[in-house]
Parts: sequence; structure tokens; C-alpha cells
Amino acid sequence: MTPGRAPTAVSLGELFRGFCLIGLSGFGGVMPWARRYIVERYHWLEPEEFAALLGLGQVMPGPNVMNLSVCVGQKFQGWRGAIVAPLGMMLFPMVIVLMLGLAYLRFGDQPVVHAVLRGIIAVGAGLIIATGLKMLYVYKRRPLALAIALAIVIAVGVLRLSLLPVVAVVLTFGIALEFAARRR
Amino acid sequence: MPTLAELTLRFALLSLVAFGGGNATLPEMHRIVVEQNHWLTDATFTELFAIAQAAPGPNILVVSLIGLQLAGIPGFLAVTVAFCVPPAVLMYGFYRWWQTHADAAWRTHIQAVIGPLAAGLVLAGGGLIAVTATTASGSWTTLAVTAATIPLVLRLPWNPLWWIALGAALGLLGVI
Repeated sequence: MTPGRAPTAVSLGELFRGFCLIGLSGFGGVMPWARRYIVERYHWLEPEEFAALLGLGQVMPGPNVMNLSVCVGQKFQGWRGAIVAPLGMMLFPMVIVLMLGLAYLRFGDQPVVHAVLRGIIAVGAGLIIATGLKMLYVYKRRPLALAIALAIVIAVGVLRLSLLPVVAVVLTFGIALEFAARRR
Repeated sequence: MPTLAELTLRFALLSLVAFGGGNATLPEMHRIVVEQNHWLTDATFTELFAIAQAAPGPNILVVSLIGLQLAGIPGFLAVTVAFCVPPAVLMYGFYRWWQTHADAAWRTHIQAVIGPLAAGLVLAGGGLIAVTATTASGSWTTLAVTAATIPLVLRLPWNPLWWIALGAALGLLGVI
């Protein structure tokens, strides 16, 4: 295979193996590894196409990386690929987290477990908030976008309203306002 | 405790609004699992979040762990499938349609709304964990550590794994 050129054919086995590696490498976030394998190592996608599919994965519900794996699988192997690629990616993380979960059920009452988890909770919450801020940063000059994020934080985080109606209302009004604003 | 069918239905519905992934649905999961039904305590809920953070893989693992805690291995499998399959099917259906409208203006409009929506959900998820852990432990140290972590994470380009390791060390040393 010529480096730097997207191949025309990727087999189901290659998809499965590739996404297994991506899932396994994903300590502390899968996305950088997905890019490293899919674009740089296997040359399954050009950087532009990777970015475009990532953009699509972000507007659809569900984890971005899983959405991306469905798209990549589908591109090369149709519906079979769309099943095999996400399965490969989820397999090892699922086994590992199942082990951790079973260990927690068994040893969760040990003081040392609580101590370690207490530290991870505090730092982990900070990590998630930082991720949210990074996601919001690209919209820093867009008042409507900032208003949407604020409305969500208040409705879901503070008022504790039910998520489905909140998302439905914000999506409807947000898209209507966005269309109105861009038309002018 | 909920039945498998009830869990599957609830998480399948939830997956359809999971813009921003698993962590974006933390507030809604907490509302259903802790506040409304008292299936889990605040302490267990936040500890499952911590375990998922420490494991490799996509950020939906917390959902699977809640399934495991509520209904054992069948719950683990049911909730994972319920949470993964609906978005994957949607994605499969939208892929070609999206490709054929590569230059459409509405694509940008939709992205400009869903992007901040997902960001807001993720922020609410992180905030919920910090506040819940603080009230569960009754100690303000948790909130202080969370607040201190945010600017550090934004400044330093470390792999998230190192932050998790740091948190584990702080907990082990009894700082938190």
C-alpha cells in the first residue's frame, strides 16, 4: 500500500483488528488513538475525511468515537462493517470495565477502595468540566451558542429537568434561531 | 430494583439524546437512578463514574457499570446494548444522506446548535458529579480539588490517564 493514500478496500478482519487496537489503546480518551491508527498508520481515511466524519459523529447522539467507527465500517464493508468496527472497539474496554465492576461489587466496601475512588471522582469531575469548556471554546464569539450551553446547564444541571424534553425544546428553538440569524 | 426490560427501555431512550456521549447523560441517569427511584446511593453513583474514568475505552462505560450494579451481568449487557445500538443505527442511516449534502447550509446550522448543546450537557455532567460527591462526603475538599483541576487540565497537555492517577494518589494519601 502506498503511504498517504486511502486504500479502496479494507476487509472485515482488518476493520475488527484495527478497532480492537484503537479501543485497547484508549486509556484516557480514544479519539487521539482513533486518528493515529485510522489516518496515520492504516491510511483508511484522508485527514479531511476523518475530520468530516468526526463532525458528523458529533452532531449525532452517542459517543463520537463509536459513531465514527460505524461510519468507517460502513464506508468499507457496508452494514457488516458498521457492526464489526464498533464491536471491535468496544470488546476489550467492555471486558476490562466488567472486571473492574465485578471487583467493585466484591471489594467495594474496603476503605482503601473508597479512598482511591474519592480522589478519582474529584479530579475526574474536573476533567469532564474541562472537556466541556474545550468543546465550548470554539463558540466563544457566538452569543447564541453560549446561550444554548448556558440554558442547558441551568435546565439540566441546576433545575434538574427531564433531559428528553429539554433537548427537544433547545434543538427546535436553537435551530430556528440559527436559521433566522444566518438568513439576515 | 428495575426489571431488565425497564432498564433497556430507559437507556435506549436516553441514548437518543446522548449528544456528547456517556458523560453528557450523567445528570439524567442520576435523576432516574438516584433521585427518582433510589436504586443507587449518591456515593455508589459517583464511585461508578470514577471506575469508568479509570478504564480505557469510550466514555459510555459508566452506563454499563450502572447496569452491572443494578442487575448483574445481564444488566451490564442489556444496558450496554440499549445504549449503543440506537445511536449506531441512526448513524448508519444518516451517513449516506449526510455525505450527499456536504455543502448544505443547514449542516452548519445544525452543527452550530448541537455543538454547544453537547458542551452544556458535558459541563452539567461534570458539575453534577462534583456537587453530588461533595454532598455525599460532606467535605468541601472534593469541590476544591475539582475546581483546582479545571485550569490545570486546560493548561497542561497531559494524557487524561495521568490526571486520574494523580487523583487516585491524592485519595490514597488521604488528601481528599
